[in-house]
Amino acid sequence: MVKFDIKNLNIWFGGVHALKNITLQIQANEILTIIGPANSGKTTFLRMLNRLNELQSNFRMQGVVEFNKQDIMKMDKEKLRCQVGMVFALPTPLPLSIFDNIAYGPRLKGIRNMAKLKEKVEVALKRAYLWDEVKDRLGISAFNLSGGQQQRLCIARVLAVEPEVILFDEPCSGLDPISTAKMEETMLKLKENYTLVLVTNNVKQAARIGDRTAFFLNGELIEMDKTEKIFTTPSDTRTDDYIRGKFG
Amino acid sequence: MRRIKEFIIEKLILISGLTCVLFVLLIFLFLLKEGMSVFKTVSVLKFLLGKNWYPISEPPQLGILPLILGSLMVTLGAIIISLPLGVACALYIAEVAPLKIKEVLKAGIELLAAIPSVVLGFIGMVTLVPWVKHVFRLPTGLTALSGSIMLAFMAMPTIVSVAEDALYAVPKAYKEAALALGATRWQTIYRVILPAASSGILAAVMLGIGRVIGETMAVMMITGNSATIPKSILEPVRTLTATIAAEMGEAVVGSEHYFALFAIGIVLFVISFIINVSADLFLHKTKS
Amino acid sequence: MKNPKITEKVAFFFLFLATLLIVVPVGLIVIIIIRKGLPAINWKFLTDIPREGMRQGGIFPAIVGTLYLVLGAISFALPIGLMSAIYLSEYAKDNFFSRLIKLAIVNLAGVPSVVYGLFGLALFVVFFKFGASILSGSLTLGIMILPIIITASREALESVPYHFREVSWSLGASKWQTIRYLVLPNAISGILTGIILGLGRAAGETAPILFTVAAFYLPQLPKSIFDQVMALPYHLYVISTQVPNVEEKLRYGTALVLLMIVLFMNLVAIIIRYKFRKKKKW
Repeated sequence: MVKFDIKNLNIWFGGVHALKNITLQIQANEILTIIGPANSGKTTFLRMLNRLNELQSNFRMQGVVEFNKQDIMKMDKEKLRCQVGMVFALPTPLPLSIFDNIAYGPRLKGIRNMAKLKEKVEVALKRAYLWDEVKDRLGISAFNLSGGQQQRLCIARVLAVEPEVILFDEPCSGLDPISTAKMEETMLKLKENYTLVLVTNNVKQAARIGDRTAFFLNGELIEMDKTEKIFTTPSDTRTDDYIRGKFG
Repeated sequence: MRRIKEFIIEKLILISGLTCVLFVLLIFLFLLKEGMSVFKTVSVLKFLLGKNWYPISEPPQLGILPLILGSLMVTLGAIIISLPLGVACALYIAEVAPLKIKEVLKAGIELLAAIPSVVLGFIGMVTLVPWVKHVFRLPTGLTALSGSIMLAFMAMPTIVSVAEDALYAVPKAYKEAALALGATRWQTIYRVILPAASSGILAAVMLGIGRVIGETMAVMMITGNSATIPKSILEPVRTLTATIAAEMGEAVVGSEHYFALFAIGIVLFVISFIINVSADLFLHKTKS
Repeated sequence: MKNPKITEKVAFFFLFLATLLIVVPVGLIVIIIIRKGLPAINWKFLTDIPREGMRQGGIFPAIVGTLYLVLGAISFALPIGLMSAIYLSEYAKDNFFSRLIKLAIVNLAGVPSVVYGLFGLALFVVFFKFGASILSGSLTLGIMILPIIITASREALESVPYHFREVSWSLGASKWQTIRYLVLPNAISGILTGIILGLGRAAGETAPILFTVAAFYLPQLPKSIFDQVMALPYHLYVISTQVPNVEEKLRYGTALVLLMIVLFMNLVAIIIRYKFRKKKKW
């Protein structure tokens, strides 16, 4: 099943042509990893999927992005963002307690019943594999968690909104190797119920967990294929050069 | 439903913002509305340059030159005193003082800014005025000089804090480069930091002038309020602001005197407008 | 140039001297007022009406009047000021409107206080026919403290990191929900500071209330917002310049009460700022 259908997407910020004629599809229950050097447009692409780009005043776009066959620009953007969650590069707990961080999304939807909120928080934390580590101290500030825990808290926070797609924007760039391994494990398990799009500048990470991989360069989609294929027999030499570390 | 709520809130917020603009316009319009009437009987030139302010004689003589000169003299005196002191104090706080002393000094300056002007006027009356009278052997201590000293003091928080910000805004690299070349800290301050912060300091002085020209109560209480063209700084003067404050209570609504006081208000408004807009420009110049 | 080290020492000494020249008098002023005003302060002085042409009795009506004016001013200025700050910090792009509003605020901040008095007289007292009343005075003071509230609130709102907002939006919050549930709660200390500083300013100003509300001598409490009231700063002005033979003690006492009200508010503002700064995690 196709989750996202992107056709001829072009994005400009002022005079900068950030994405050039991108056409691709994202399937349900896959991990699509997006690799490419800095400024290749991968984050811009990711932020397009839940319409965070348009907050910048000089944003301009052409083309169509469909989510579940609906043009996202015609959707209510708050509703879209509930269905397409985002985990940012650095851990971004809000200045609230662990509980309130997770409950933030459900509360926005108008859920006020404490028992219901508690249940949602527990489920979300369990799915993000953080429950056992924090279940006795839900009331403390989220800033007291370690970096890796904070990042999994951010995942739990997204899960509590019950999205269909989760976007990850280099989620491990601020983490140590052990936390990174835990994050990857979490993402692999999430695949069963969600569609994941992962932007990463860690080529090995893409190889480890991506079902399919897309390679972006200078705002263009160079190629996209099964991860295995990209890493063994890419059809474009630039892809080959990049994953071998010749540039980037 | 939520969309509508959101829309209404957004518009309310925009309207509130625009209310500020409305207030400025209203202030100007109402000053004009009341003030312009005076120019039916007195020409603008005669009003600004007339040497006699006898608003209740018959017919009234409405020349505000003595008041303008009074304001100018007091302001000039105040700036001559407060500019070097204020900049020196800002330099000390920003570049020399150790951290703990810095906090105390800043608190002191904030304290000064908080003291109501009528309290400062009162204190000036009972301390500064007798002192000036005694030192210069004058018949009265209620003089332009007393006003200048008091106002210099009152302009200090503005000048010090704006100048201090300007000094902090100087890139650290400038300072480090100068020190690395073997300059002493004072040479660095004098040759590098001060010139680099000059436009911010200029803004500080302008805002200080704005504060001084607009100050009312303290000035009214200690400058003696004599509406004659002052010949020396040791004579009583009357400023534009004090004239409004002192006379509006007695002026009959709709009389020529009433209109003339509003016309003085226009003069003050225009002066402060020019000062504040240009100071703002200088400030933005420092930032970019 | 002789010895640069000695020049530096001399220069720094003069900078220090200049600083002392500013700060020491501030301390002296406060000390003088406290020392000479304290003997006047007693329960009767604070709760009695002025008697014998203000040469005897207390300052109760003036305290109450100032209280009313300050509360009136803030209840007018707070909603407008806070919403303007929200507009500038959260909604405004760098367009004509926002530049116009910023220019207006700069000017409101710079308009001389006596000009506010004139404006209040012309608009509220005469044009709207509110007369010299608490209403006119509060509105005039309210407009005067708008820039203080806007500037402080805006600073507080902008100090909340941008990525918090992004997180909130990405969780499906609308712009207003984000402001309401995330930005405002985290900016509250700065906003409170601004409010209290505005209150202090409104309590201390004299010129704006001269012709809009302040009563020379009115030994009774107001019954409605259309009544005149006495106010502390104006009362101090009156008994120090307009009424002969007032005991010095009474003047200092009045000055002390006014100063304490204003300083107390500033102290509260400083404490709030300090406490929240310590609590902040970002």
